[in-house]
Amino acid sequence: MKAAFHLAARYVMRHRIQSALLAGALGLVFALPLCLRVLIEHAQQELRARAAATPQIVGTRGSALDLMMTALYFKRENLLPLPFGALTELRHNHSATAIPLHVRYQAQSAPIVGTELEYFPFRGLHLAAGKQLSRLGDCVVGAALAKKRGLQPGGHIFSTPEQAFDMAGVYPLKMRVTGVLTPNGTPDDEALFVDLKTAWLIEGRSHGHDDLQKDASVVLKKKEGNLIGNAAVRMFNEVTDANIASFHFHGDVSTYPISAVLLLPQSAKAEALLAGQFARSKEQQLIRPRDEMEALLTQLVRLEGFAASALLLTATAALLVTALVFALSFRLRQREFATLEDVGVSRFSLISVKVLEVLIVGLAAAVIGLLLFQFSSLAAPYLLRWAL
Amino acid sequence: MSASAGLHVSNLRFAYSAEGFRVHVPQLELAAGKALALAGPSGAGKSTLLRLLTGLLTPTAGKVSLGTAQMDTMTHEARRAFRLQHIGLVFQDFALLDYLTVTENILLPHQFRGTADAAVRTKMLDLTQRLHIDRYLDQRVSHLSQGERQRVAVARALVHEPQFVFADEPTASLDPARGRIVVDMLLEDARKRGACLVMVTHDPNLLPLFDQTVRMEDLATA
Repeated sequence: MKAAFHLAARYVMRHRIQSALLAGALGLVFALPLCLRVLIEHAQQELRARAAATPQIVGTRGSALDLMMTALYFKRENLLPLPFGALTELRHNHSATAIPLHVRYQAQSAPIVGTELEYFPFRGLHLAAGKQLSRLGDCVVGAALAKKRGLQPGGHIFSTPEQAFDMAGVYPLKMRVTGVLTPNGTPDDEALFVDLKTAWLIEGRSHGHDDLQKDASVVLKKKEGNLIGNAAVRMFNEVTDANIASFHFHGDVSTYPISAVLLLPQSAKAEALLAGQFARSKEQQLIRPRDEMEALLTQLVRLEGFAASALLLTATAALLVTALVFALSFRLRQREFATLEDVGVSRFSLISVKVLEVLIVGLAAAVIGLLLFQFSSLAAPYLLRWAL
Repeated sequence: MSASAGLHVSNLRFAYSAEGFRVHVPQLELAAGKALALAGPSGAGKSTLLRLLTGLLTPTAGKVSLGTAQMDTMTHEARRAFRLQHIGLVFQDFALLDYLTVTENILLPHQFRGTADAAVRTKMLDLTQRLHIDRYLDQRVSHLSQGERQRVAVARALVHEPQFVFADEPTASLDPARGRIVVDMLLEDARKRGACLVMVTHDPNLLPLFDQTVRMEDLATA
């Protein structure tokens, strides 16, 4: 058996590239269903945990899934915004804590989340460095984002315009980083948080500029007691101690947009009452992320079933192809095996050589599959975050 | 070594098919320590006879004895085991495994017998030095010339000191000088150890070196 193993190993080593390719293909085919299971299990755990930690979400009527993905994962879905006045009404209700979220803009590919200070204790987010938001234009950044972009308190980060070549669009806002948050292993780590007013400032609903009263050269005309500036008026793209007083909002703030409101009911009864109240609403909807997520995961598991069936078929095909490869290889090497027979090597030893060659490649495939499985286990959190 | 240690053939008949090529050897004796040359034109059946003598082909009729082993009545597996232990074969096409080194090819029979010990390695070194291939021991045989490969095949046939050595034109790929070295070595080895040597050759100059010569054309008319 030792001689048979030696011969088999020597043949495999002599054709190491072909053998490695074969083992790699086999390992990949067998690891894929396992990797898929690991990824889906991880996704289920993480998605369920995030959903379970958020009792209710209110938004405009439309896709419940879009609303959930916006509120939990800060995705910029095509949601119709909720007027800020809806938050005020919810707060009058006194049966739940209401936390607004406005998610539309990005800074260096990270979502800018406009919210209020209650959001941080609700998500268990604390300051690892610096201080909380204290004025317009401030931001605090998630742990992973801070690490990735090298952000720290005292630094600055620009918001990204929605359309780079839209000259009439809003200018990027240079935000002051006041704090870095502790990690909580959720999408919060990858986000940048600002006050709602700062989010509206980025959106162009408020602005700051030169005082027209002080500089007549930048006044275009006077109309109904208001001064209208000309193109020479300097618009501020950064909020500073010197210019903060010049920032002001236009229009009715109660009509300003927010993406969603997180509702934290004070009791199960309050939760049920709120659900009933919104069930009758034609403009707004209230969702329970846990229910929506379960519906989503049910679909995901169903899809996994289809994927697993497809992968099983692929694995069967790969096995058949591998069997064919070995059969052809042994046929091409008939002269070699005939030589061994002529020299006097027993039939058992000859079969052992062939079986051991298959086993060596199979073992290499198993090792490759195991490594891929391990890799997928380690990479699952990153892959999920990347996918979301 | 006793007479029974030699090669004995009686009334050996073989045909590939009813109308096909036939071999008939009425009687053939070769004592231990003696060398026999099988001569004849191409297609006369030299290689077929060699395969019959070594048990690689089963005769249609007749007896083939190698020492006390009755080859014609043995099972395939028993013949294989006998070849591994007692026969050294040099094939016309060398029959070496290209992915193995010279050392691994030479020691192949010993590997499968589980006897590749230090003494065998010493014997291998001696053989390879005599065959002038000792500097290639760690090289794969695919890197060697035809002549060098042929010498590796000869070394593999002799290294386990078999009782019977069968060589099918071992000098075909060698220049006359190297061919002579190989034939001398085969003869010397057989005589020294009291082994039987049967060699197929086309070269009439080599025939006087052998104790016996069988011409295939004579057998055909026998």
